[in-house]
Amino acid sequence: MKRLLILGAGTAGTMVAAKLRPRLGNDEWKITMIDQEPTHYYQPGFLFIPFGIYTPDDVVKPKADFIPAGVEYIEAEIDLIEAAQNRVTLADGTHVEYDYLVIATGTSIRPDETPGLEGPEYGKTVHDFYTLEGAKALAEALRFWEGGKLVLNIVEMPIKCPVAPLEFIFLADAYFQDKGLRDNVDLTYVTPLDGAFTKPIAAKHLGNLLEDKNISLEPDFYLERVDADEKKLISYDEREIEYDLLITIPLNFGSDVVARSGLGNEMNYVPVDNKNFLSKDYENVFAIGDAADLPTSKAGSVAHFAVEVFTENFLRHVEGLPMLEEFDGHANCFIESGHGKGLLIDFNYDTEPLPGKYPLPGIGPFTLLRETEMNHWGKMMFKWTYWNMLLRGKPLPLPHEMLMAGKIDEGA
Amino acid sequence: MPVTTIGGQEVHVDDEGFLTEYDEWTEDLARELATNIGIADLNDDHWKVITFLRSDFKDQGETATLRRVSAVGGIPTKSLFQLFPKKPARKMSYVSGLPKPAGCI
Repeated sequence: MKRLLILGAGTAGTMVAAKLRPRLGNDEWKITMIDQEPTHYYQPGFLFIPFGIYTPDDVVKPKADFIPAGVEYIEAEIDLIEAAQNRVTLADGTHVEYDYLVIATGTSIRPDETPGLEGPEYGKTVHDFYTLEGAKALAEALRFWEGGKLVLNIVEMPIKCPVAPLEFIFLADAYFQDKGLRDNVDLTYVTPLDGAFTKPIAAKHLGNLLEDKNISLEPDFYLERVDADEKKLISYDEREIEYDLLITIPLNFGSDVVARSGLGNEMNYVPVDNKNFLSKDYENVFAIGDAADLPTSKAGSVAHFAVEVFTENFLRHVEGLPMLEEFDGHANCFIESGHGKGLLIDFNYDTEPLPGKYPLPGIGPFTLLRETEMNHWGKMMFKWTYWNMLLRGKPLPLPHEMLMAGKIDEGA
Repeated sequence: MPVTTIGGQEVHVDDEGFLTEYDEWTEDLARELATNIGIADLNDDHWKVITFLRSDFKDQGETATLRRVSAVGGIPTKSLFQLFPKKPARKMSYVSGLPKPAGCI
């Protein structure tokens, strides 16, 4: 009996289990998942909680509901991955042996890594929306806020869901308009990158969006520390930005277990072959989803397309056959832009977001790089798709590789 | 991609002037590129950054972040701001003939 061990029962780990359980014979393969958290979060929904569009009930279900039949589930804290011994040690000292390991331990925010960010003001005038607790505290803060300087700051790239900060600031603009407060609110988007839109074609199509919505931009701002008493951000080159309400996207790091086990890079992400997710150091270890150091977005859509590629490759790899499928870095993301509209982008390692229609060429129903109501509905429908299709490993009618059909190649 | 001539050498660049072909970069070209953005002399510390970025890109397929240059390359972030003032991430990639740090959109 061989054992596949999956660390992490989040989006990527759960999809791996759901895809592989029916494909690996029950009498030949035991599949075990380990996770320390009992709750599965629909993380794209965190964005909507501060604005009262979603409640916590929309984004929370027990992890156990999504463990496929025939998969063993251990709820425990992982102490160490001992890849050279093919085993994982749990916090209580138990060893779990494996033949193959999939690391899907994700990424999380680390406000404590930025001096001054995590202090008594955290949850009061300093907020995040990348955790349920953070999003709930922010919802309370926004409900009673009467206006002033709202600053959204991305501490450092890469972050999970790199479009979420843009969505937040767009939704904030709409939210304060609806409350009749927009004239009292200054919105500023602060990024370490050289703009809100850094890819030439997206910049050409969407470059005016911030201006049109009267949102100020502070590019090339690399945060060194926060003075939470004086309410200001201070950059490495001594620039200062004052705020009344700070929404921060703190530094994102991979799991500490990965770091402790000596398997991570400088941000605790596992270095893998970006075509097939195989560890660069171990022939029987894979990392998938946000835990891997792939040069593409940390996003559920990437995990979804990646798992499709991984499943076919894994079945060949365990038979000693070469892995034939190559992941292209495919991602697609809806971007809420406020007032019932949204954008959609579709891209991969080599191709930047282009305009056009998705998924059906010329038809859509979704429109790439343009604000439409249909894109917004796509985003709202996705929650159902996530809980009922994706996590169950049911096929979606979307090819895992990015297609040029339907896209307008503007030949940048 | 447009072709331009820098220091007598024909190279492919993007709309913002960043080199698009890894192998077209040379040390002489780096000096020309540095002059273009107001860095008259590349000193040993500049070269340490450039050498790290070039070799890291070859392994990783993407331009190292400031954190990576600091954590793996051993050059503190504060120094990067002195070497490549105001916009170190952008400037160091430009001089090294690598893509600028970018978001997904």
